[in-house]
Amino acid sequence: MDPQIIIARRVAKELKSGNLVNLGIGIPTLVANYVPSDLKVFFQSENGLIGTGPIPEQGMAHPTLTDAGGRPISALPGASTFDSAMSFGLIRGGHVDVTVLGGLQVDAHGLLANWMIPGKMVPGMGGAMDLVTGAKRVIVAMQHAAKGKSKIVAKCTLPLTSARPVNLVVTDMAVIGFPDGKATLLETAPGVSVGEVMAVTEAELAVPDTVPEMKL
Amino acid sequence: MKAVSVEEAVAMIPPGASVMVGGFMAVGTPERLLDEIVRQKKTGLTLICNDAATPGKGVGKLFDAALVSKLTATHIGLNPKAQQQMLANQIAVNLVPQGTFVERIRAGGCGLGGVLTPTGVGTLVAEGKRQIEVDGKPFLLETALRAQFALVHAFLADYLGNLAYALTSRNFNPVMAMAADTVIVTAENIVPVGVIAPDHVVTPAPLVDYLITNG
Repeated sequence: MDPQIIIARRVAKELKSGNLVNLGIGIPTLVANYVPSDLKVFFQSENGLIGTGPIPEQGMAHPTLTDAGGRPISALPGASTFDSAMSFGLIRGGHVDVTVLGGLQVDAHGLLANWMIPGKMVPGMGGAMDLVTGAKRVIVAMQHAAKGKSKIVAKCTLPLTSARPVNLVVTDMAVIGFPDGKATLLETAPGVSVGEVMAVTEAELAVPDTVPEMKL
Repeated sequence: MKAVSVEEAVAMIPPGASVMVGGFMAVGTPERLLDEIVRQKKTGLTLICNDAATPGKGVGKLFDAALVSKLTATHIGLNPKAQQQMLANQIAVNLVPQGTFVERIRAGGCGLGGVLTPTGVGTLVAEGKRQIEVDGKPFLLETALRAQFALVHAFLADYLGNLAYALTSRNFNPVMAMAADTVIVTAENIVPVGVIAPDHVVTPAPLVDYLITNG
């Protein structure tokens, strides 16, 4: 299975009926494709919409109905629209149940860096800092390693997104949580052993007696 | 509210002015005003806008024409020209978390000195800012943001200047319409008074100084 699809399918299992969910760009966007149709999840787009729907069919796009990247989307029955103050009131005010974001690094205490590589990539943080600070639950969806280097690090070397630790990290190799503030291996991806995860992870991971395989 | 041509409206903006522009990735942005600013070559602008859009679209046109000297925004990663101008120190860029950006403008429009937000505590954003504890929780003091001009785009404007917006093109427009000395509006549709029901007016007419007439 494609690594991104493993991540998206596993993250989708975290969403519950009635949740208000904000998905970041990249792998997180894919999560919406794997939410069972009987689950009533509200997706927020921070440019001012709850109830985002799929990309409209050819010729059906409307210039005033877009996602946070400016791409055409649709709206589901029951959708609502609002201004940016309301949108970030929802985010910072703890009304968003789950946010799923991409990551550059997550450290052993769950701190996330995902908005800047000094001297190389300075795009701006957009809504990321508010989302990590304010959402009830923060899930990072990212590849376990980039160019052979672990993205689960002992301590973030890149600028932090928030002082608030994330709740869960889902990668193509593992699910990692932070009970008692310590990175802990909760699940492995299908066909991946605990030893293989440990071998490519820079951060020290606590390993419980049994580590189940991800159910996808 | 006064109805004016786009040429007259932009002629009021001096070079070097501070200008807030509504829109999110050029969705809900007053394109006609931006085209005219480029035509009249208003240089040295202090731009306050969520993002830098993309080249050729929305405020992206202002970077194409090198009219911006200072920028306050939340994200400019999708406009390589704005990035180049920032890295070459041609523009001074202040990057702000999006929720903080909108609350600073809201504060500016509502007579507040600023807001206390938890966003940015313990990050680079906190540098040089006052941290204030409320009930044991740390917050950053983020000061109010205003501009000389707000350039706003609405879906409907009636003859009095009441405004309504469409779907995701609302974004920063109603907040910016509160936070500038002079508010200039373009609308997709100019309609008779009464077409926008009182409950559906988002920006009340007294906030609008100038409405751009159909060209």
